[in-house]
This record gives sequence, structure tokens and C-alpha cells, in this order.
Amino acid sequence: MAAFLARRLGQAVLIVAGITLITFLLMYLIPADPARMIAGRNAPQSTVESIRQQLGLDRPIVEQYLIYLSNLLQGDLGRSYMQRTEVGELLWSRLPATLELMAGGIFFELLIGIPAGLAAAAYRGRLPDRVIMVAAFVGVSAPQFLVGILLLYVFAVELDWLPLRGYGGLDNLLLPALTLGILGGGWYARMMRSSMVDVLRRDYIRTARAKGAGAGRILVVHGLRNAILPIVAMIGLDIGIFMSGVVVVESVFGWPGIGQLAWQAIQRLDIPIIMGVTLIAALAIVLGNLLADMVAPLIDPRIRLRA
Amino acid sequence: MSRLSVEELTVGFNTDHGPVDVVEGVSFALDSGAMLGLVGESGCGKSVTAMAVMRLLATPPARIAGGRVLLDGVDLLRLSEAQMRRVRGDRIGMIFQEPMTSLNPTYTVGSQLVEAIRLHRPVGRREAWAQAGALLEQVGIGAVRRRLGQYPHELSGGLRQRVMIAMAIACSPAVVIADEPTTALDVTIQAQIMELLDALRREKGMGLLLITHDLGLVARYCDSVIVMYAGRIVERAPVKTLFAAPRHPYTHGLLASIPRLGRQQERLPSIRGMVPSPGLRGAGCAFADRCDRAVAACRAEVPPLGPADSDHGFACWNPLP
Ligand SMILES: Nc1ncnc2c1ncn2[C@@H]1O[C@H](COP(=O)(O)OP(=O)(O)OP(=O)(O)O)[C@@H](O)[C@H]1O
Ligand SMILES: [Mg+2]
Repeated sequence: MAAFLARRLGQAVLIVAGITLITFLLMYLIPADPARMIAGRNAPQSTVESIRQQLGLDRPIVEQYLIYLSNLLQGDLGRSYMQRTEVGELLWSRLPATLELMAGGIFFELLIGIPAGLAAAAYRGRLPDRVIMVAAFVGVSAPQFLVGILLLYVFAVELDWLPLRGYGGLDNLLLPALTLGILGGGWYARMMRSSMVDVLRRDYIRTARAKGAGAGRILVVHGLRNAILPIVAMIGLDIGIFMSGVVVVESVFGWPGIGQLAWQAIQRLDIPIIMGVTLIAALAIVLGNLLADMVAPLIDPRIRLRA
Repeated sequence: MSRLSVEELTVGFNTDHGPVDVVEGVSFALDSGAMLGLVGESGCGKSVTAMAVMRLLATPPARIAGGRVLLDGVDLLRLSEAQMRRVRGDRIGMIFQEPMTSLNPTYTVGSQLVEAIRLHRPVGRREAWAQAGALLEQVGIGAVRRRLGQYPHELSGGLRQRVMIAMAIACSPAVVIADEPTTALDVTIQAQIMELLDALRREKGMGLLLITHDLGLVARYCDSVIVMYAGRIVERAPVKTLFAAPRHPYTHGLLASIPRLGRQQERLPSIRGMVPSPGLRGAGCAFADRCDRAVAACRAEVPPLGPADSDHGFACWNPLP
């Protein structure tokens, strides 16, 4: 266990370092000048130069990266170019909303995807299977803003059951989380179905039937535990994806998450914020995978944590 | 009286080439405490017969086209799925060939045994665990407490098959069907498992249907035997009779294929040709094309299994003397 964690930690550091380096390089490859953007289009060149100096943008890129890294090691993510706020603080203030949306989104993905996938597998090749798979396909391929706006229209405008936009209570969370759930639930349903169809062919399922277990018991007790691992891995991935922010859903619902922060930062070429968001995303992906790998042996005793 | 009596069982499958019958008019009876061998080449319909008795075939593609499966006089083919579930594991136990894959890898031996008990008996958890331990002892597994907490992958093949047997007998069924229970095990373990099954059927008075390719096991453990070929029973007899004087040329060929210890043979004398696949069988006896004794009648009409009043029946127009 300790060896496993140590090794994974080492990997995490490498991955995070790699991702920050790539993002850093990309930021300087794009043909736009943050100093000019801060100064404004009509500012004289001398102002632009002084801003550039102030931000350290005039130094060689390698040096800039090293400075960034050494600051990072001291927990300093830098300051936003535009707002002059600490990036760490900005991210921190967005974290609760992002975590809430992540939890809500994954909750609905599972709530929709797992029963749908189980039902499709149980009725494989028959009508319920086809209906569910078509629905899953529609869910997977529907544009996020469309689903979001549709839900808003029905539940907030027509029925007036839920607030239109904003952040705070559970009622605010419901619709954005449901939007994510409908979209991601389709993936989960397909994954659950194919994994379960495979498991239902196994010999131990035949044994369970020969013991006199009923269809529901076979599906939920004997099947699910053997078929759930791909789903766990997918949750691990989703943690990474949702932590880097879900831009479209956040803007449809006015959700103050990391996605909106990232989107604004990209528009303004606010490099420290972009770097900060990338860092969070990289960490979340590593952490999500780590969690999934640590849960796997609890589900399937044949799996060992391998350092 | 027979506990299990199968009458004229016919099972078909819907395939890409249309429906084919893979088991046709199979009848046999199994008494309490008796061991009945079911032998025949691969693909002759042994497993399908067993699965049909348990009603474990997926329908479709399978279709039980006719016949009766009487357990203590009740026709299982007429039961609802819910009623049938109460028969499986309680009145009829089943043991499969692959002990490596037949146990659920994600649950302990103990919880799988407890499930087998609690599906059919209204006992509490504690009591069920105690019974599970007793079952393991009955099938010759020691260190019961430790074994109950282990997962299948932590056990050897022989131990897993013992666990399968414990599960099959958990509710003291009237009948146990063992589909090639020792094929996947090495020889010494095979003998141990067979001795165990033999002892259990005597102690508990269970009828045991032993499906196997191994005529040596049949000779040693079974009371009587039925020989299947291409979905039909071609011969049935008490074991001694069958081994001493087989009447059907196919049975004769099977017996001649048993390698004898101590006698060096260049090649096993076996039956030429291949089993005709279901659906490609002609009008007459399915064995006619491979048979040295075939006569005109053999290609015209399927020979009936008879004589009915004898305990030695065979389906052949030109039997061995
Ligand atoms: N699901 C299925 N669909 C179509 N045909 C099937 C199906 N299952 C079995 N069969 C056919 O039924 C026939 C009998 O198969 P069965 O498994 O009973 O043979 P067996 O005697 O048990 O052979 P083995 O000794 O190899 O176990 C075979 O020809 C097989 O191809
Ligand atoms: Mg078989």
C-alpha cells in the first residue's frame, strides 16, 4: 500500500510537471501578447514594454518557467494579470461550486446510467434494450446547451418549480447537475450494458441460476459486482473532467465554477489563471484515477494494488 | 420408484439455418441413491439434456419442443419460472465442469454457500453460516473457518470443485446432475471427487446423473448407463451388461476406444468419421454412415429404442449379437 502510494505520487508529480510545461509552452507559442491586451489597443509601446517587464514576460521562456515552478513549490500560483488577485484565491473561491456540480453531475449520471444499462443488459436484443440504447445515444450526442436550455424552459419557466439561474441551494444545483447527468448517463448506460452482457455469459452466472437465484438477484448481486469496474474507472475520469470545469453548462446556468473562470481567462489571455486551472485539472485527473484504482480491489478481491 | 423420470424430451435451437433439434425423444429414469452415467461423443446433446431438465436454457434460442420431465411425479416443464426457481438448488442440484470459473470470483466461499442455503431455507445468517461450515466438512474440506472466508481464486481446482459439490447438496436435493465434474481436474483429484460423489449419493440417497466422457468412471461408479449419439439415446443398460455385451455398434466402438493400461497400442481403435451436425441428419439412423454393420433399413428409418420390457435397450436395426 505504501509502496503503491509512493509510486503513484511520483507519477502524479511527473504528470503535473509535464502538463504545466506543455501549457506554458503553448501560451507563448500563440501569437498574442498579454502585455498589449492589458495595456489596451491604443496604449503607447513604452507602456506595453513596462508592463511586460513588470510581469517578467521579457525574460527568456525557460527562466520564466523555472520562476513559475519555484513559486509553485512555495504554494504561489501567481496573480491574475487583469484582476491582480491571487490565482490561488480565485481557484479556491470557485472550488465549492465546482465540487458541488461535480458531485451532482456524477450522482445523476449514475442514477440514470446504471439502471438503464442494467435493464438493457437484462433485456438484451429485445425492445427495452433497443429503446434504452437509442435514448442513450440521443443523450450522448445532444448538445449541452440544448439540454440545459430545454430543462430550464420546462422546469424553471413553464412549471416554475426551480430557479432560473444562480448558485446557492440544492434547488440551484438540480438542473445543471441533471443536464450533466443526462449527457454523461448515456455513456454510463452503454458501458454498464456491455460490461453486464459480458458478465451474464459467465459460468458463475449459470451456477447462480442453478442454485435457484432469481433474475433480479442475478443481475444485482452476482452480475453488478463483477461488471461495475469499468464504471468505477469512468467515475475516476469524470472527476478529472468535471474539475477542469464544464464551461457550457456553467454559463447556461450562471454557475460560478472553474469552467467560467477558465473561459474568461482564455478570452483575456490571463496566463496565470489558465495555468492554475490546468494544474487543478491535471491534479484532479491523477487523483480520480488513483481513487478508482484504490477502490477496485475492494470490489474484486483478485485485484491487488500494484506498485 | 424413480425420483426423476425424463420422457421423450426433445430440445431444439433456432439457428441461422433455421430450427434444429439437438435432443430428440430422450427418455431415462433415475432412482434414489442410484448413479446413472450419460456418455457420448462431444456435441451429442448431453449438456443440453441436463440444462433442459433444469430449465436453464435460454428460450429462445432454445425451445423445448416436447416431452416431460417428472420429478416425483411433477412435470417440471409445466412449472412457472417462479416455481421452477424453487426446484433449482433445492430439489435438483447441479455441478459443472469448470470449477475455475463456476464460482463467483467476487464473493467468499462462505457467502456463496450461505446463499445456496438461504435461497431455499428460512434460516438466519448465523445458522446458515454454521450449516455452510458443516457442508464443507461433509465434502472433506478441513480448516473450515478459514475456508469460508476465502475467495475462489485462493483455492485449488479440487477444492473449488468440492465447494461446488457442497453448494449443490446444500439443500439435500433429490437429484444431482454432474456435468463432467472431473474433466478439468488432474487424475488423483478426479478419483477423490468421484469417491466423494459416490459416498454422498449413498449417504443421502440422492439420484446422481453423471455426464462424462470417461467410460472408466462409468464402469467404476455407475449402476446403469445411457449412451447418446447425435441427440438420441442409442443404448441403455446396467453397467455390467453394457460393458460385457454392448449391442449397438456405436457403443461397441466407444468401448473399444478406451485405452487399456499395460497394452501398447499404435493407435486407439476408434470410430471412423464424424458426428453429423444437427440439421444435417438424414432420414435413417444418424450413425449409419459411420457404421460397419449398416444395412438398407438403417438409412430408411430411425431404429426405435427397445425392447421396452428389458433393462437393456438399444436402437439398432442390425445389433451386435
Ligand atoms: N445455444 C445453442 N445454439 C445452437 N446450438 C446449440 C446451442 N447450444 C448447444 N447447441 C448444439 O447442441 C448440440 C449438443 O450440445 P451439448 O453441449 O449438449 O453437447 P455435449 O454432449 O454436452 O458435448 P460435450 O461433451 O462437448 O460437452 C451441439 O451440436 C451444439 O452445437
Ligand atoms: Mg457438455
